Amino acid sequence: MSVMELDPRTALSFPKAAKMLLKETELRGNVRRATETIQAKRRKLVAEKDDWQELRESARQIRAHVLAHLGAYLEEFERNLTRAGGTVHWARNAEEAQAIVVSLAKEAGAQEVIKIKSMTTEEIHLNGALEEAGIHAYETDLAELILQLGHDTPSHIVVPALHKNRAQIREIFKREMNLPELGSAPEDLAEAARRFLREKFLRVHTAVSGANFLIAETGGICIVESEGNGRMCLTLPDTLIAVVGIEKVLPRFGDLEVMLQLLARSATGERMNPYNSIWTGVRPGDGPRKMHVVLLDNARTEVLADKEGRQTLQCIRCAACLNACPVYRQTGGHAYGSVYAGPIGAILTPQLMEMKHGQSLPYASSLCGACYEVCPVKINIPEVLIHLRNEVVKRHGPLAPEAIALRMVATLFRSERRFRAAQRLGRMAQTLLARRELKIVGQNVGQADWGDSQWIHWLPGMLGGWTRSRDLEAIPSESFREWWDRRSK
Amino acid sequence: MRVALFITCYNDTLFPQTGKAVVKVLERLGHEVEFPAGQTCCGQMHWNTGYQAEALPLVGRFVSQFEHAEAVVIPSSSCVAMMRDHYPIMAERIVREGGDASLPARVAALLPRVWEFSEFLTKKLCLTDVGASYPHKVAYHASCHGLRSLGLGDGPEALLRGVKGLELVAIERKEQCCGFGGTFAIKNADVSTAMLEEKVQTVLATGAEECTGCDNSCLMHIGGALHKLHAGTRTRHIAEILAAEEKGAL
Ligand code: SF4
Repeated sequence: MSVMELDPRTALSFPKAAKMLLKETELRGNVRRATETIQAKRRKLVAEKDDWQELRESARQIRAHVLAHLGAYLEEFERNLTRAGGTVHWARNAEEAQAIVVSLAKEAGAQEVIKIKSMTTEEIHLNGALEEAGIHAYETDLAELILQLGHDTPSHIVVPALHKNRAQIREIFKREMNLPELGSAPEDLAEAARRFLREKFLRVHTAVSGANFLIAETGGICIVESEGNGRMCLTLPDTLIAVVGIEKVLPRFGDLEVMLQLLARSATGERMNPYNSIWTGVRPGDGPRKMHVVLLDNARTEVLADKEGRQTLQCIRCAACLNACPVYRQTGGHAYGSVYAGPIGAILTPQLMEMKHGQSLPYASSLCGACYEVCPVKINIPEVLIHLRNEVVKRHGPLAPEAIALRMVATLFRSERRFRAAQRLGRMAQTLLARRELKIVGQNVGQADWGDSQWIHWLPGMLGGWTRSRDLEAIPSESFREWWDRRSK
Repeated sequence: MRVALFITCYNDTLFPQTGKAVVKVLERLGHEVEFPAGQTCCGQMHWNTGYQAEALPLVGRFVSQFEHAEAVVIPSSSCVAMMRDHYPIMAERIVREGGDASLPARVAALLPRVWEFSEFLTKKLCLTDVGASYPHKVAYHASCHGLRSLGLGDGPEALLRGVKGLELVAIERKEQCCGFGGTFAIKNADVSTAMLEEKVQTVLATGAEECTGCDNSCLMHIGGALHKLHAGTRTRHIAEILAAEEKGAL
C-alpha cells in the first residue's frame, strides 16, 4: 500500500487498515527487523542500570506532578522564556497553531523553512498549511527527509521511516535527488543526504521545530536527536519557531537527569543521545535573533480533565511501547491512521479526537502488557485502553448488536441456574457444527479423551473470524460442575 | 488445607478435564477441595471489552462465594490477573455508585488468599515436585497475564522440571503474545492470526509433542491453530500434566 493519510478523522478503521498492511511482506519484514534491533539494544542498556525501576518511578512522579500543576508550570515557563528574550504563543487547537506559525514565518519573510523532526507539527498537519500559504517546508531529519522525498508518512514516532529498508531508501534518493550513480553503502546515502541538506541549512533562515521538553525553571526548550541536523536548525537560522504540546513541560533543569537517562535508553538503546540541545531565549551573536514557542493544547486539556485517561499525557514519546508491541510488529504504524502509532497512539489518538474518531484504536491491542512493562514513565497503557473501550461502548449505545449479545451473556453470569442452562443449550446448539474426529490426529499422547474430542471448523458471522485460522474444540458432554455434582453424590 | 476452587466459566464449560486435574493434584497433596456452587465468571470478558457496568455485579458475587475460604485456587492466570488488577478499583466504583460499602474492604481481605493454580503450588506450598510423571517432550507457553501481571516467573517451568520423565523445551521469544486477547481475536481477527502464526511456528520449531501453559484461553487459541494445521502437536493445561501419574494417564 502506498501513502495513507495520517488523519484520524478520515482514516480506515484499524482492522481494515491492518488487513491491507498484513499483505505487505517487505514492510512487515522491515518493521520486525528494526524493532528487534532497537529492542535488543534497549534491553542491554536497561540491564546495566541497577536503579532502572527507581528511575521509572521518579519519572512517573515528576510527570504526574507536572500534570497536577500544569497551569502554574506553563506560566512559569512563559515568564522565564519571555525574560530571556523569547515569545510564547498559546494555541487552542491545530488551526490556531497553524495560523500562528504561518504568520510568524511570513513576518520573518520566509518562503521556505527548515524543520527538525517533530511529531507535534505532524499532528497539526503543519506542512500542508505552510504549503497553502506558499511556504515550503524542508524536513531535515534523515528519516523525515526520506518520507518527504518518497511522498510517504511516518510509521514510528522515533524512527519515522522504520518501515523502509536501505534499498528502498536508495531508490528514493536516486530518483528524487537525481543521483543515478548513487551507491548502496550507508555512507553513500548519508553523504547524499548531507549534500542535499547542507545547501538548505545555509540558504533558509527560518526553522520550525518541536521539543522533547520545556523547562519551566529556565524557560528553555530541550531537543534531543541523533544526527546533528536538529542542532543545525537550532543554531543557523535567524528565526526559530517551536511547536510544543503543553504537556511537555518539566519543573526544573535537574529533572532532565532522570528524563534523559530514560529517554535515550528507551528510544534508541543509547546511554545518551548524541545531540542534546537546550535553547533558552536569544543572545547577541549566537543562534536565532527571534525565538517563538507555540504552546499547543489541541484537546490535551480535555485529556487532563479525565482522571483515568490523564496518565496518557505523562508520555515522553520514546516509542519503547511501539517496539515492544506484538500488534505493531505485525502491521507497522500506518494502520493506526495517525502520526501516533502503536500502543501510545491507540490511547492518545482517540483522546485527542475527543473520542469522536479513532474509536477502533483502543481495541487494537491484545492487552498483553508488553507496553506497560517497558514504558519509562510507567503509563499503564492496558488500563487506559480498557477505560477508553468503555467510553467507546457508551457512545455506541445499547442497541449495537455486540452490546445486545454481551448484555445477554452478562445475565447468564448473574445466576447459576441460568448459567447451567446456557451450558446445556450451547451443547445442543453446537451439534450442527461440531464434528467428531474420524481418526486420531497427531501422536495420541497417551490420552483416551483425545479420540473422543469433537472439533468445530466453522462458525457463523463475526465468530467466523475465529475459525478462519483456528479450529475450536467442541463443548464436552459434561461440564465441570456437572461432574462435581455426580462426584459428590 | 481447605481449598476453594474457582474453576472459571470457560474451563467449566469447555475444559472440565483441567478442573478434574486440579482436584486430583490438590487431593493427592493432602488438601481438601470444595466447589462453591454459585460461582460463574470473574467478569474479564466484559470488563476488558468495555462493558464495565456488566462486569461490576460479578465482584460481589465472587466475594460472597469465596470469602470464607482459607485459599482460593484458580486454574487461569488471566482471571486471577483480572481480580488482582481490577477488583479493588471495581469495588470502589460500586461504592461510588451507591452499592455495597463493605465491598472494598472485603475484596482487600480476600485477594491475598487468591492464587493461580501453579503459583499456589510454588509460592504458597513452596513445591516444585508434586509427584507427577509424564514422559513427553513439552514446551511451556508463558501467557501474558501470568508473565506480567502475576509475575509467575520461572514457577510453572520449575514445576514442569519436577515432573518425572518430562523433557522441557523452550519456545523462542516466549514473552511474545500469542494474539488471543479475548475479543481481540474476533475484532482484529487478521492481526490476531498473524500473531498466532508466529507463535505456532516457534512452538513447532521446538519439536515438542505438547505445548502447555497456565491459561486454557491462550492454549485454546494456539491449539486451535495447531489442529487446523494437522500439526500433530497439541496443547494441554499444566494441571493435567501435573496430575498425570506413572501408572497411566488421568
Ligand atoms: S507511552 Fe511510554 S513507552 Fe510509549 S512512547 Fe510514551 S513514554 Fe514511551
